Amino acid sequence: MAATRTPPAPKGPPPAPAVQHLLVTYAKRGRMRFASHRDVGRAFERAVRQAGVPIARSAGFNPHPKISYASGTQTGVASEAEYLTLALTVAQDPARLGAALDSGLPDGIDVIEVREDSGGALNGRLTASEWLMELPGISSDAATAAVRQFLAAAAAPVERLTSKGVRRLDARGVVLTMDVSLRAFTGYSGECAIIRMVVRHSEPAVRPEDVLTALRQIAGLVPASAPAVTRVAQGVVGDGGLAGPVGQPVGQAALSPTAEHKDVP
Amino acid sequence: MPVESVFPRLEPLLPRVRKPVAYVGGEVNSVVKDWDATDVRWALLYPDAYEVGLPNQGVQILYEVLNERDGVLAERSYSVWPDLEALMREHGLPQFTVDAHRPVGAFDVLGVSFSTELGYTNLLTALDLAGIPLYSTDRDPAGGTWYPLVIAGGHAAFNPEPIADFLDGVVLGDGEEAVLAVTDQIRAWKDAGRPGGRDGLLAALASSGRLYVPRFYDVGYLPDGRIDRVTPNRRGVPPVVAKHTVMDLDEWQYPTRPIVPVAETVHERYSVEIFRGCTRGCRFCQAGMITRPVRERSITTIGAMVEKGMTASGFQEVGLLSLSSADHSEINEIAKDLADAYEGTNTGLSLPSTRVDAFNVTLADELSRGGRRSGLTFAPEGGSERMRKVINKMVTEEDLIRTVTTAYSSGWRQVKLYFMCGLPTETDEDVLAIAGLARKVIQAGREATGRRDIRCTVSIGGFVPKPHTPFQWAAQCDHEVVDARLRKLGAALRSDPGYGRAIGYRYHDGQPSVVEGLLSRGDRRVGRVILAAWQDGARFDGWSEYFSFDRWAACADKALDGEPVDLAWYTTRERDRDEVLPWDHLDAGLDHDWLWQDWQDALSGAAEVEDCRWTPCYDCGVCPSMGTEIQTGPTGERLPAGTRLLPVLNVS
Repeated sequence: MAATRTPPAPKGPPPAPAVQHLLVTYAKRGRMRFASHRDVGRAFERAVRQAGVPIARSAGFNPHPKISYASGTQTGVASEAEYLTLALTVAQDPARLGAALDSGLPDGIDVIEVREDSGGALNGRLTASEWLMELPGISSDAATAAVRQFLAAAAAPVERLTSKGVRRLDARGVVLTMDVSLRAFTGYSGECAIIRMVVRHSEPAVRPEDVLTALRQIAGLVPASAPAVTRVAQGVVGDGGLAGPVGQPVGQAALSPTAEHKDVP
Repeated sequence: MPVESVFPRLEPLLPRVRKPVAYVGGEVNSVVKDWDATDVRWALLYPDAYEVGLPNQGVQILYEVLNERDGVLAERSYSVWPDLEALMREHGLPQFTVDAHRPVGAFDVLGVSFSTELGYTNLLTALDLAGIPLYSTDRDPAGGTWYPLVIAGGHAAFNPEPIADFLDGVVLGDGEEAVLAVTDQIRAWKDAGRPGGRDGLLAALASSGRLYVPRFYDVGYLPDGRIDRVTPNRRGVPPVVAKHTVMDLDEWQYPTRPIVPVAETVHERYSVEIFRGCTRGCRFCQAGMITRPVRERSITTIGAMVEKGMTASGFQEVGLLSLSSADHSEINEIAKDLADAYEGTNTGLSLPSTRVDAFNVTLADELSRGGRRSGLTFAPEGGSERMRKVINKMVTEEDLIRTVTTAYSSGWRQVKLYFMCGLPTETDEDVLAIAGLARKVIQAGREATGRRDIRCTVSIGGFVPKPHTPFQWAAQCDHEVVDARLRKLGAALRSDPGYGRAIGYRYHDGQPSVVEGLLSRGDRRVGRVILAAWQDGARFDGWSEYFSFDRWAACADKALDGEPVDLAWYTTRERDRDEVLPWDHLDAGLDHDWLWQDWQDALSGAAEVEDCRWTPCYDCGVCPSMGTEIQTGPTGERLPAGTRLLPVLNVS
């Protein structure tokens, strides 16, 4: 066979256009908080296939399903407020699709809500997160004192080791509010203070672990074992609180410009 | 009494280890049953990392077969990486299952699937973490503590002698029916009030022929170190234990609810075994020898399994598994009908094991139709025609060139070619011939496509002689010779600037193959070496970052001190016809004289062995001794046209 052949082009018509965009709010909770963002992405791609969702695809030899993920929590960090958007070629009832999607996901990666969306980029609509950090072995008093010291600091330079070397960040500037809360997600027994905070998204991102590093450096706060960290809300900083990506109020934290901390009720 | 989950104690450790998601379970299609509603409970251990163990077909099949039964529970366990092992020891956590995080020590049976001998040290880690005494004879305490029966299976278990002292039993061959039969016997023994205790149960299992119980056999040695004889040491135990063979795979459609990992694993696809067994007769291939005869699944069963498995998993790829998938009597129809069924769904189809001489244009088209081309790997195994004749892998250079031309013409840009180094009678020239072959492959690809971006990767590893093959008598090539040939081949591949960048070269060092050789053809004395290596820290020996040849060599010296045998005796020594081999009392059905004659034919370059699927029986002995027969199509059936095998969400 000496004949010269060019590689075959992808057969068939061009990919069908998207006619509907859906915004999916989902949680990464319990043991599934140990899943990485890539793991979560694979789980959703399979759930989309399993549910027969008419997902739009990119063109080319290896068409990709059009799923856009907002940046996720790191491995080990739980979330009640993750977001992704789906582009569909056939319009679907959001609630039904959400249920179908959820049934193909492992317990712990859970669809919370699906609603119609403009399809615009998520990043501009998600500019801050509210976090809860449960600190085993830390009393509420110690946490309250540490929060006070942290908020009083003008800056909190911390270092984090990344694959690209040591990164230097200011963990204080992006923290909009911080207080001590009683709301718990994972339920440690024993003394376990809970710090709640709202952190503005930044590049490079300041993670809850960076804030914990700062709390250790500034106030000597060292939990007895790994803190459980949960993102409880994500959105845009607005009057009085966080507004979700479609404008709905989310989260618990009050965001008055003067907010420093509230004492434990 | 319910057995408590160790997860609350494991969870705080997980932020401190790599890849924690591998330990949390909770995968789609995993099963957690009520402990107290069951009376026979299996922990299935794959003695390697989760990312390797999870896709293992054997474990997934047995997991489903067992969990389908009322009153039976099966959970999975995998080797933990050394970072978690250290933390578990520090915090007193036992080896656990990933399904309900129950301690492995609480189960009735710990079933261990060995795909490779390099998992033996990981078995010891798991036993030790589980609190199970390493030696089977230490599991019968008068105090009455129950330890699980430690039962091995899988291909490596066809010579379990090196780990015999650590095992209570071994299942040879296909596991589907065997695990259910063992389950029934355990239940009957429990219902009868556990007559004879642990020993009574093992005796009953051994007498039934279902289980090889090593401790019921004594091994005697000659002064020169060879085995004198292996004899049963109690009544009612068969002198030779035969393998299990499942006939009619259409009756055993597993897995249908494949476990979908959250973690990234080595294979992410729904795999269906399209046939079991292979009679091509490649002399190096243990899998082909011990899984005979060929038993095909019918095209309609395969279609039904794929439909169920893909619907239950959401996987993007279907793997058509077997030892040589293009040899299925209806492979073209299977590939075409599946490609039809999945047209437009972006589903990939892969044939992980494809013979050069069985690949064809139809397959090339169907495999690439979804627009997705998974990797194409062909295994000529030997670089020269002479070498391929010795190993009875009769693919010609023309076959190879024709096949890669088809592949490149169908849009593939890269093919991978797999070879072995250190084969019996091999010379430097045989290995260097691989370089010439690789160049011709590139040349053919460039001519067929008119493009320059054609690539081929040469992948080569050291040959390890395996039990129950015609090469079981062969001297293993020592690692210095293997490494020298691999270096020469590397230099030859790089020597021509016109091809240098088009040809990739991957090779495995010779040293790990020597240890694999020791573990493959070892006898019970090798158990001491394994224990010594494990005590010295050997873990994950199949992983180059953990493997230490020096450790194994030193431990072999120490553990075999005073014996007339050593590492070289087990590996680079040729055996003669009359030597009692450590696995001679374990019967894969192959006739001893046929194997020996085939070994002699290999050395003399006598006529090739054809495939008994298409030519008359060549008397390997398996079918008559095991009461089995070849089951192949064609059935003439097709998958229903126009069916969509993926669910379609109704338009609202």
